[in-house]
This record gives sequence, structure tokens and C-alpha cells, in this order.
Amino acid sequence: MDYFLQQLINGLTLGAVYGLIAIGYTMVYGIIGMINFAHGEIFMIGAFVTVIAFTVLGTTGIGSVALALLVTLLITIVITSLYGWAVERVAYRPLRNAPRLAPLISAIGMSIVLQNYVQLTQGARVKTMEPVIQGGLTLLQRADGFTVTISWLQLIIMALTLVLLTGVTLLIQRTPLGRAQRACEQDKTMAALVGIKVDRTIAMTFVIGAALAAVAGFMVTLYYGVVDFFMGFLAGMKAFTAAVLGGIGSLPGAMLGGVLIGLIEAFWSGYISAQYKDVAVFGILMLVLLVRPNGLLGRPEIEKV
Amino acid sequence: MRARIKDAALAALLAGLLALPFIGVRSTEGIAGQITSWHLSTIALIMLGVFVGRLAWISILARASLLRWRESHGKIFNGMPAFAGMTPVLLSVRKFILQKPYLIIALLIVFPFLPMTDRYMLDVAIMVLTYVMLAWGLTITVGFAGLLDLGYVAFYAIGAYCYALLAQFFGLSFWQALPLAAALAAGVGLVLGLPVLRLRGDYFAIVTLGFGEITRLVLINWSNLTGGPNGISGVPRPTLFGLEFARSASEGQQTFHAFFNLTFDPLQRVIFMYYIILCLALLTGGLVARLRQTSLGRALEAYREDEIAAAAIGINRWRIKLAAYALSATVAGVAGAFFAARQGFVSPESFTFLESATILAIIILGGAGRLWGIVLAALFIIGLPEAFREFEQFRMLAFGAGMVLIMLWRPGGLTAEREATVRYGVKQ
Repeated sequence: MDYFLQQLINGLTLGAVYGLIAIGYTMVYGIIGMINFAHGEIFMIGAFVTVIAFTVLGTTGIGSVALALLVTLLITIVITSLYGWAVERVAYRPLRNAPRLAPLISAIGMSIVLQNYVQLTQGARVKTMEPVIQGGLTLLQRADGFTVTISWLQLIIMALTLVLLTGVTLLIQRTPLGRAQRACEQDKTMAALVGIKVDRTIAMTFVIGAALAAVAGFMVTLYYGVVDFFMGFLAGMKAFTAAVLGGIGSLPGAMLGGVLIGLIEAFWSGYISAQYKDVAVFGILMLVLLVRPNGLLGRPEIEKV
Repeated sequence: MRARIKDAALAALLAGLLALPFIGVRSTEGIAGQITSWHLSTIALIMLGVFVGRLAWISILARASLLRWRESHGKIFNGMPAFAGMTPVLLSVRKFILQKPYLIIALLIVFPFLPMTDRYMLDVAIMVLTYVMLAWGLTITVGFAGLLDLGYVAFYAIGAYCYALLAQFFGLSFWQALPLAAALAAGVGLVLGLPVLRLRGDYFAIVTLGFGEITRLVLINWSNLTGGPNGISGVPRPTLFGLEFARSASEGQQTFHAFFNLTFDPLQRVIFMYYIILCLALLTGGLVARLRQTSLGRALEAYREDEIAAAAIGINRWRIKLAAYALSATVAGVAGAFFAARQGFVSPESFTFLESATILAIIILGGAGRLWGIVLAALFIIGLPEAFREFEQFRMLAFGAGMVLIMLWRPGGLTAEREATVRYGVKQ
């Protein structure tokens, strides 16, 4: 039971990260119906900017760790969002009315470009970051010495995710931008006719998705302390699985899917085998697409002739 | 003019911000932790370059004559006037090849004995031919049926490991294992295709991608059987009717050079491998070319053009898709067995997603379903980087950028040039 509780905490932390990345997939899919294959790489960019910015801030001699982290987070969000915007502008916008598979292939190309760009400029070796937030709460202590702990970092990750999730939900439901996004999702031509700047709305969707991925990259860097140029592929695939599991196009679905995938991964590696945890995730992706392609919370897609 | 300068300045600012953390700051692991160094002059150069480039670009595009030209050429040359000059050259090359295919095949047959051919060129030729074969195989699924398969490398891996394992545990030779590798790949293709082919478009692409990754992860983790990340080494080389290509024969065998009274030369084996892959590739090409004439090929084309109309005229969509998928898988299985035999070594490293992307890029560049186009594309994508070995590190960057640019240049990509083999009321 204690072991179960510990894995539950680890799984929820992981799930929060996957959920944040998954929102980026699901929002983009909802509005232009494409799988943004390069989104995992945006997350990787976020993780790298975190390491670089934190290292540079360290050389300027900022005394307070909390302040340094806050500034790092802000820099990460800004730079990563710009990357998200630039990718959309260069590789996807010219293909708005192209056949369905063209943007997907363009996205695969973009993902290869970003991976190799980071590898060329920052080297192929992993980059490490010292753990800066340590310690935590001991929830349970068993007689044989096994303890169930939740670290401060895990608490911060979960809290930050909740705040962001609430923020994005409010943004979509209450603000003019959110209204424009929902309008574009339903009918882009009609939205343009009533004066919505469709291109700008779509670009903003990419920026929001990239900003969330940036926060996810920031959290993962603090949590694991290791980044490498290839980390985006697997994380992206898992987050995409989460988005599909929750029902692609649905915001709460993405978060639910992320948490489920995180839990499955944690319990799978805790109880079955750490080796095959990635196989399990890919297996789930295939199974969900085959059995319930609309996901848990998704609406069925209506096929038009 | 003012608006253009503002636009260019914004672009330069954006480029500078994007490049700043990655190019502007280099951090290296020193003894005392991370050491950072600044490269701000590089950033300034990048910004200047983007400013001038962007300004020139929008100024050129703003010229009315060019705009009109772009409109008249529509989507084909979407904002890429530089490529326009290439088309007549490509067209004449294509015409030449289509008129005299046997000339090319004859050239390929005598290629190993041409005076300028050396070992290195043969190795590159073998590699290009392997990719040509794979791309031809995949084009059955992608070009004919219009299904985007991102996990093609899985069948390639299955073929390679099938031969390596059969040789290791049962001592089977290349020629005995070849049909088994093909059959296994086809079988897996059928079993996977049964459920997966119900999915449409990008969902199908993602599921096949997942399958490719699962295959690779299983190969890495199932160490007892596959040797894990280390792979399997010592895969036996193919023989010519039992004649070995080695300096000295293993027990009870005879070597090629002894049988024909030649002096031993390691090049003989390379030439032999070249002929094997040439035969396999030509067989695949023949199969794909013939497929157009069969009812299956035409049903697939009909399905690609209009799924619902195809179903309405009584085509069993599911069955033809399954057939196309299994055929593609078979070709990859054979190519995989050849790959294992050529390398003498297999490991999961060789079967990453990038391999699938490379094969796909060849098909896209070559024009799906166009046999000779795929050959040219394979030469371009596999052969050209070999010629620029010293820029090795930029190879993948250029590869990815090329994929994006081709899509922007030709958004139809897969479909822009496609034609149906038969048309109503038009004689072939």
C-alpha cells in the first residue's frame, strides 16, 4: 500500500508534465486538425533554454535561487513561445489549404531540423543541472524503513500545473481570444467573415501550446536534472498518446489522458518491468486508436462526403 | 518601403532572439562546473543576414510581374522561383530514362567493371540500391493506396533480425532465410494491418509510427534473443550456389576464387553483393510496375482518389489496403535480410524512426508511384550526402530542412503529379 502511494505520487507528477504537453497537441489539432509532430521538440527546446538560462544567470551572481528560477521560467516561456510561433509561421501557415498529409510531413521535417539544430549548437552529450529544490514531506514511515515522500518539487509541479490548467480553461472560455479560437475550430471561413483574424488566432494557439510545453520542459529539467537533444521525441509521443487517450481536441481530456499515462508508466515500471514501460505506452496508443478512436472525452468525428 | 524595412527588422529581431540561447551562449562542462562563453558577434551576423535576406525576399515578391507569374503557376511553385529552372532539365532526364530504360539497366550491370568504379563507389551504389528497393516497396502503400506509413522500418528490422537469428540458431544460409524473412514480414504486416488499416489518414500514420518504435524497443530490451543494444554480430555472408567469398573456405565448402581459378580479392564479394541487391531491386521495380496493370493496382488507385466512390463501385477497401500493406512489408523484409547479410551485423541502432523518414522523403521527392523519380531521389538523398562527407554534421539538418522546403514548394507533394493509370474514354 505504501509502495502504491509512492508510485501514485510519482505517477501524478509525471502525468502533470505529460498533460501540459498534451494540451499543446490537442489545441492545435482542435483548431487546424493537424498533428503538430514538432511539439515534442518545442518541449525539448524549453528544457534546453531552462538549463542555459539558469547557467547564465548563475554567472551573473544572483543570490536568491527562487528569483533565479523565476527569471529562468520567464525567459524559457518567452523564447520557447517564439519558437512555437516561428515554426508555425515557416512550416505550417503556407500549407493551410494543402492536402491533409502535407503539414504532417512538413512537421516531421521541422522536428528533424530542431533536433539537429540543438545537437549542432549544444552538442550531442547530455547536459546536467544541479538539483536546486531539495527536500520534501515524509508522509508515511514504515517499520522496515520504507518511507513515502512527496518532494517540494513534486508539490510545486502539481500546483503549477493546476494553476496553468485553470488559466488556460478560463482563457478559452472567457476571453475574446478564446472565443475566436472556438469560432475558428468550428468554421474558419465563417469566422473570417465575422471579422476574426484567423491566421493570428491560429498563431496564438501555437504560442499558448508552446508556452505550456516550455513550462513542462522547465519542470522536467528541475525534476530529472538531465536534458539531451533527443528527449522531445519520446515525451512528445507520450503526450500525444495522452491527448488521444483523453479525446483529441478536448482540453480536460488532454489533462486526464496525461495523468492516466503518467500513472500507467509509474505503476508499470513499479510493478511489472521498467524496461517495457515505453512499449506499454505505445501499446496503449495503438489500442485506444483501435478501440475508441475518439478517446475518453472526445466527440465523434463526423465524416463528410 | 518603410513597411518592408519594419517587417525585415522584426524578422531579424526574432531570429536574433531565437538564436541567442543556442548559438549566442556556449556552455561546456569544465572542472569547476559549467563554463559559458558568449558569441554575440555571430548573433549580430545572423540578424544582419536575416534582415537583408528578408528585405530582398519581400521586395522581389512584391514585384507585380512576379506575383502574376506566381498566380499563373499556382501551387506548383509556391514562392520558390529559384527551383523553376530545374524543371526542364528534370523533365528531359525523365524523358530519356523512360524511352531507354534498358540502357540504364545495362549500365547498372556493367557498373562494377567500369574503370572508374572503386570499392567506395560500389558501397555507395549498394546503399542507394537498398534504399531504392525500400522506397519502391513503400510506394505500394504510400503512392498507390495513399496511406502514410511511418513505421516501415519495423518490417526492415524484422527481415534483418529474422535472417540474423535463423543463421545464429539454425545455421540457415542467406538464400534459405530470404523467403522466410519475406514470409515473416508479410505475416506481421497482415496481422498488424488487420486492425490498423481501419484507421484513416494521420491516425494510421501515428499508429504505424508507434509500431515502429515498439519493434525497436522490443529489440533493445529482449536481450536474451536479440542481444539487446549490442545486436547480433557474425551474420554469415551469402554464397553463390555454395561458393564462399572468403580467402579460405570453411569446412566442407569451396571458395569462389578457388573454383574459378582466380586470385582472391575482397572486391569480388562486394561485386557479388551489388548484383544481389541489383536483382532484388529490379524484381521489386518490376513488381511495382506490373502492379499498375493489375486489378489490385487499379483498385488501390481508385481508393486513393476517392474512398467513398471506390467503395460504391464494389471495391473491398479493407482487402486491397491489406494486400498493399503486406506487399510493402514483404519487400522490406527481403531488403532487411539483405541488409543483415551485407553488414554482417544487426543492431537496433539501424532501425530508428529516421530510417522510415528517409525512405518517406525519397518517395516524396521522387513523386509517389513514379519508379524512376524514386531512383533519382534516392541518388539525391543518399548519394549526395556521401559526396559531401566533410559536411557530415550538417547532413541531417539539411535533410529536415529539405523535407519542409519540398512540402512548401510542392504542397501536393505526394499527390501533385499523380495521374491515374486509366481514364474514362482515353486510350492508353
